[in-house]
Amino acid sequence: MKDRTKQAQGSTTVAGLDGSVSDALVRTRRYFTKSKVSPDLRTVLKTGGREADDFYRDRWSHDKIVRSTHGVNCTGSCSWKVYVKDGIITWETQQTDYPSAGPDSPEYEPRGCPRGAAFSWYTYSPTRVRYPYVRGVLLQMFREAKSQHDGDPVRAWEHIVENPRRAKAYKSARGKGGLVRATWEESCEIIAAAHVYTILKYGPDRVAGFSPIPAMSMVSHASGARFINLIGGSMLSFYDWYADLPVASPQVFGDQTDVPESGDWWNAGYLIMWGSNLPVTRTPDAHWMTEARYRGQKVIAVAPDYADNVKFADEWLPAKPGTDGALAMAMGHVVLKEFFVDRDTPYFTHYVKTYTDLPYLVCLDEAGEGTFSPGKFLTAADLAETASSANAAFKTVLIDAATGEPVVPNGSLGHRYGDADVGKWNLNLDGVDPQLTLIDAEHEGVRVHLPRFDSPDGSAGQLPRGVPARRIQGRLVTTVFDLLLAQYGVGREGLPGEWPSSYDDADAPYTPAWQEPITGIPAATAARIGREFAANAEESKGRSMIVMGAGTNHWFHSDTIYRAFLTLTNVTGCQGVNGGGWAHYVGQEKVRPLTGYNQIANALDWNRPPRNMIQTAFWYLHTNQFRYDQFSADTLSATRGPSVPGQDGPAASSFAGKTTADVIAQSARMGWMPSYPTFDRNPLELSDEAAGAGKPVAEHIVEQLKSGELSFACEDPDAKQNYPRVLSIWRANLLGSSGKGNEYFLRHLLGADSSLRASETPPELRPADVKWREEAPEGKLDLLMTIDFRQTSTTIFSDVVLPAATWYEKHDLNTTDMHPFVHSFNPAIAPPWQTRTDWDAWQSIAAKFSELAAIHLGVRTDVVAVPLTHDTIDAMANPHGVVRDWKAGECEPIPGVTMPKLVSVERDYGAVSDKMNALGPLADTLGATTKGVTFDVTKEVEYLRRKNGAVRGGVADGRPSLKRDIFVCEAILAMSGTTNGHLATQGFRTLEKRTGVKLADLASEHEGKQITFADTQGPPVPVITSPEWSGSETGGRRYSPFTINVERLKPWHTLTGRMHFYLDHDWMSELGENMPIYRPPLNMAALFAEPELGNIDDGSTGAVEGLTVRYLTPHNKWSIHSEYQDNLFMLSLSRGGQNIWMSDRDAAKVGIKDNDWIEAVNRNGVVVARAIVSHRMPEGTVYMYHAQDRLIDVPLAETSGKRGGIHNSLTRLLIKPSHLIGGYAQLCFAFNYLGPTGNQRDEVTIIRKRSQEVVY
Amino acid sequence: MRVMAQMAMVMNLDKCIGCHTCSVTCKQAWTNRTGTEYIWFNNVETRPGLGYPRTYEDQEKWEGGWELNKRGRLKLKSGGRFKKLMTIFSNPKLPSINEYYEPWTYDYATLTDAPAQEHTPVARPKSLITGKDMKIEWSANWDDDLGGATETAHMDPMLKKIADKVKFEFEQTFMFYLPRICEHCLNPSCAASCPSGAIYKREEDGIVLVDQDKCRGWRMCVSGCPYKKIYFNHKTGKAEKCTFCFPRIEVGLPTVCSETCVGRLRYIGLMLYDADKVLEAAVTPDEEDLYEAQRGVFLDPNDPEVIREAEKAGIARDWIEAAQRSPIYALINRFKVALPLHPEYRTMPMVWYIPPLSPVIDVVRETGEDAEDSKNLFAAIDALRIPIEYLAELFTAGDVEPVDRVLKKMAAMRSYMRDINMGREPNAAIPASVGMTEEEMYDMYRLLAIAKYDERY
Repeated sequence: MKDRTKQAQGSTTVAGLDGSVSDALVRTRRYFTKSKVSPDLRTVLKTGGREADDFYRDRWSHDKIVRSTHGVNCTGSCSWKVYVKDGIITWETQQTDYPSAGPDSPEYEPRGCPRGAAFSWYTYSPTRVRYPYVRGVLLQMFREAKSQHDGDPVRAWEHIVENPRRAKAYKSARGKGGLVRATWEESCEIIAAAHVYTILKYGPDRVAGFSPIPAMSMVSHASGARFINLIGGSMLSFYDWYADLPVASPQVFGDQTDVPESGDWWNAGYLIMWGSNLPVTRTPDAHWMTEARYRGQKVIAVAPDYADNVKFADEWLPAKPGTDGALAMAMGHVVLKEFFVDRDTPYFTHYVKTYTDLPYLVCLDEAGEGTFSPGKFLTAADLAETASSANAAFKTVLIDAATGEPVVPNGSLGHRYGDADVGKWNLNLDGVDPQLTLIDAEHEGVRVHLPRFDSPDGSAGQLPRGVPARRIQGRLVTTVFDLLLAQYGVGREGLPGEWPSSYDDADAPYTPAWQEPITGIPAATAARIGREFAANAEESKGRSMIVMGAGTNHWFHSDTIYRAFLTLTNVTGCQGVNGGGWAHYVGQEKVRPLTGYNQIANALDWNRPPRNMIQTAFWYLHTNQFRYDQFSADTLSATRGPSVPGQDGPAASSFAGKTTADVIAQSARMGWMPSYPTFDRNPLELSDEAAGAGKPVAEHIVEQLKSGELSFACEDPDAKQNYPRVLSIWRANLLGSSGKGNEYFLRHLLGADSSLRASETPPELRPADVKWREEAPEGKLDLLMTIDFRQTSTTIFSDVVLPAATWYEKHDLNTTDMHPFVHSFNPAIAPPWQTRTDWDAWQSIAAKFSELAAIHLGVRTDVVAVPLTHDTIDAMANPHGVVRDWKAGECEPIPGVTMPKLVSVERDYGAVSDKMNALGPLADTLGATTKGVTFDVTKEVEYLRRKNGAVRGGVADGRPSLKRDIFVCEAILAMSGTTNGHLATQGFRTLEKRTGVKLADLASEHEGKQITFADTQGPPVPVITSPEWSGSETGGRRYSPFTINVERLKPWHTLTGRMHFYLDHDWMSELGENMPIYRPPLNMAALFAEPELGNIDDGSTGAVEGLTVRYLTPHNKWSIHSEYQDNLFMLSLSRGGQNIWMSDRDAAKVGIKDNDWIEAVNRNGVVVARAIVSHRMPEGTVYMYHAQDRLIDVPLAETSGKRGGIHNSLTRLLIKPSHLIGGYAQLCFAFNYLGPTGNQRDEVTIIRKRSQEVVY
Repeated sequence: MRVMAQMAMVMNLDKCIGCHTCSVTCKQAWTNRTGTEYIWFNNVETRPGLGYPRTYEDQEKWEGGWELNKRGRLKLKSGGRFKKLMTIFSNPKLPSINEYYEPWTYDYATLTDAPAQEHTPVARPKSLITGKDMKIEWSANWDDDLGGATETAHMDPMLKKIADKVKFEFEQTFMFYLPRICEHCLNPSCAASCPSGAIYKREEDGIVLVDQDKCRGWRMCVSGCPYKKIYFNHKTGKAEKCTFCFPRIEVGLPTVCSETCVGRLRYIGLMLYDADKVLEAAVTPDEEDLYEAQRGVFLDPNDPEVIREAEKAGIARDWIEAAQRSPIYALINRFKVALPLHPEYRTMPMVWYIPPLSPVIDVVRETGEDAEDSKNLFAAIDALRIPIEYLAELFTAGDVEPVDRVLKKMAAMRSYMRDINMGREPNAAIPASVGMTEEEMYDMYRLLAIAKYDERY
């Protein structure tokens, strides 16, 4: 105890100030002031006479407050108050009027972050794009050409782009200044001419559009998307492209991703933040985590650095970058052993039997020498008694423990379609007790060989283990559960194979001791956290949660990392439970009113289907990154030996001799993944040819393909006729943010200066099927057009830049995963200068386009190649996921089965503008389908006709108007179940018929509720439970995904109808990824001859010492992607320009001090930045926070003599073949649902100190 | 007893996510104008770190705040008022712009206007002081998230006494955030430093303001404020400071920084205090006793005598009710989890803080047998990464005991609530171990965790 006597002593002196002189002084002055001086003379008090402070009172005053929010690139979906004084936006603060989350819960107010709070800076900032701009050299040529061609803009465009000299003149000037002001009319004329000419000469699928994340401003996104889809162009995906799509989600859940709202974290008893830095990347939501701790939630942070979120954790697990899968596998090992094998955990057992594929039977294939390998799911087609039932090959089989006999439970994919199984698509086991393991019954122990990749170089090896098996009608089978135990190395008495001796067996995957040298996490810790996670789940009935983020999701092998995570949540009964399961927060951005949005954006009301393209494959080919690969596709196979460049693998691999480009082409021609441009001929011409020959276009195309006269464009991406020619970007920053392989974009797509340093693929490693042209094209793109409100790396490389209204200057809608509300954008001021809203801008372009197209194009017939699509019967095109390549002679090319569907679409090009502005007739006649549920929207169309008014005249005569942005908002809200209770109940009733389970009551409390745009202008409006999503808000509960599946026995959209641990597609076996597994980060030294990590040498120039480190690009604290990184407030609160964070230990190795200028160099390019040196960084890894763009304080690089690059100057695309699988069950294409990820995390770089004298 | 009312704030650092939304909304509203570029009425510091302006807590250097003279009387550390008046034209104890940072902008227009040229256009930094090109060497938040900490953090004045306890190594890393506004002190040394009498405390709510008409720009207040929360506007030549958003407070709105705090960690409320006791508390001899001494100045708003005296002092009934409902009173005097920032400056600051918990360090984690056990999970205060001595340097003039008590209460609350969360029988022994009843602990949980808008302000 402290000595209190001192205080007593102190009190003996008289309290007072200074001494008597100053007392006197102050006392005297008292009489000269109106203020009151405190009797003890310490301070001045004042009550009246405060006019002097009017300045602050005036400063606070304002004329009005307008509700708006921030769009596009942030999950926040925060509602803001925008203050306006004298017609000027002054600042913003957060709204606090969110509907309550209940009396015993924190609230959503006041959502926001410093970035959003700084947004109004843009309105009047000097980086604002105020007028349309065109690159001067192009504008001049266009004016000249137009005058030479009788004022015809289309012929003028041809005149420029078809002349190599002229084309090069403006393409090589890209990114080098020289933008000049133009009018909207002239800019639109150039844009329209480029579109018309490209469609005419090369085809509509040579036009592409890119705008991401519709949820955060649906109308703005739909504006250009609707135009592109009306003309037959390709909209490029974003979720897979951003590597935000967790491919494990379609693989495991048959769902794109569906996650809990942040308010549901409150319900968790145990929370692991795994590679997700919540305070930075989910700023408005992070409080739910800090507050839930007070409720007794235990919080774990897994992060390689001491990140912002670590301070909130009870424990910090600094796993080495990219090794999270190893940690999760070891935790899974412990959970499976202690909660399934050592003892039975009734809650878990019941859960996995009902909701997962663990009890389902898998055939074992002979693999020689008395060993077996796991093969295909046993299906009803394999059993004599059920072989002839409908869709038998898509009905999976398990053993009823009661009888020991195989049964075919309801709810598999085969029950989803066809009249025979109406009412049977459900998870009702009807009294069957699924037998989880065969070990308890009569079985034989069978030796299986499982793949492993845990050597440091990631090469394939084999794991001899064993499973209990039995024969069913001649087939040797085991359960997924038994295979999973074998995979995880959880041994049981009497099984053959090699098993870990204990948790301390460091040589045997996947023990806690095994992971320790890989992750750096002590074995005991890994075991304990796994145990705690499961124990919490057992006690709380599934309330253990993993918040997983980009730190674990942006790796090449992230799907394996995620499947290891999902094992933890799914065997412990956490999915579909409030407070439990996965919480993947990486950019998915839930468009809650999905059905209505899809109609408008895809222009499904006028023509179907859209050309939706996987962006990663698109750029992999069209920025020519495929020409720089140094390894073949089978490098990643389980069947191949060590991955040494140039070394041939065993012939067993079906990828042998193929490059990634070959695999992309194969996937495209088999109808697995979309591919636009599709053929090496204009699709309009193909239709004309077929019409001329008097036969259906599909027949014509198949004939031509078979004869070899027609090829897929992706088989010769460098042929002139196969380039993408026109690209429009709005609400996006491709070249400053998402474009992995930035320097490849600059060189090959744009023909601009680049700092690319990589070598082309040597002849022996070049593609087999895809054509290699000696000369790599530079400047493929004829027109790059961007609409933005600020200058970005994309605008400064664009040929035409149009000035956009900001988010405080338009109407729109905003929703998110993170909360269950829909709210609105509203203009605080009218768009200033010559800016226009996105909707207005695209209307302007469409009007000009239609005018020119009416003359040059007229009415044409297009043919769209459509991949086999998820949530349709296409999912049953390929039984057992067997690869059948017609080009290899393995089958016939049959559209819709072994190749894409070929669908004719009539395009009235002169009427595009009219169609854009009205809701078309297909909405009523074909309805609106979301995830397999078709909504009848006739009533809604009639409502919209009255609400918005009808269009008069033209092709859209009498249709509901979409002329104004708020009309589009009304259409989206009216045609979606989440915002229209009538549709939600209707959709559930439709689903009730198919499933035979009760569902409609979930929405019936809101059947009469229809949210209008006016409603969203008030406080944020809660959405309605709808079959568009898998969770429920019914009765005001927090949204958690899959609660409808769990509580109502509605199947997942997978093969078994359950969550999958096992994937039996050929290519999954090929890659050794039938089950969760650990795969280390790619070894760039082996794949691309980059220096080994830790190398200290002069790897770049020979002059300066450098250090080879892992190069990660996490999300930035001071920006939302590239937005705000140029904002003066954010720059003043950070370090004012591009930075790279590195550890003090690494910095010391090469003499780098805090704030020194450094260069980061690898084969892909060069970055100049200042170093931030900190001990919170782990040794061997640097962070360059993502998307710092290249516009702010970036000097010339010593290495290249050119402007230093952006974070993506050091990255490039690497495509994983399994992401290209399609045409089989849940492994089927849907837009932004499945596709190759644009991952970027596996890269390495050399860091070196450069001269501190920088020039610009 | 002379009852006065004071608007006060408590920030729960255990919830601060370091996002700086408060700084931005404050700056947008108040100091987004010429002459105030470098001025952040609200700023957020990463600790350990140098703070803003750099090393402002080093009163040996800056001589802010009060100290006791030989006779035990209170005197401004920079010298008595007499000395102040004598040295009015030379004030050496002012942080230079470099201690703040040289504000800058960029030539953004070049991105649009650049003529055709060899290289991609780029916006270069330009000093807002000189207008010239510059290399950015410091900012309003330079050492955010321990940036550059290995080179600079040892200069954190709070580390002087506990240097042996803190190593700047990866394995030992810790950090937390400290958001700061003006303390609106009961005994403001800024006001006492002002030769012009331009700084006053509002009688009804204690908000400290600079009279913009009376201010003569002597900048003695900048020196006098130990928190360096008075700034000099180099355009108007006047001192400016956080106004506690009085135009909002007057109409019943919380301050901008509070209402926009995404971490929901700020509480605002009224405190009644006995003005007659302030000076006596401020001259408490032992610095470590100042925290308790200041608590002793606050009056219980439910005490009938206090209510009577308050009414006599002309304090309106709704203000008395506000004081009774005050979350500040609850956090400071009922639950006793909030602590003053640097009580040793003797200014009687009125923005208080709940200190942060942090992850346990590995050593202890490895010896803990079952972390699910409440004793291991939530009560290992000694094992926290943030050295308790560091927190004590900030909040209790180095006395670790009060900090330890607060952290134990927080940990106990988590343990206690975990049982309820998991549907178990709650364990009354847990609150009892930190001297609380179950009801008190539950009430504290609701105020800290659920923290509805109406309960925060």
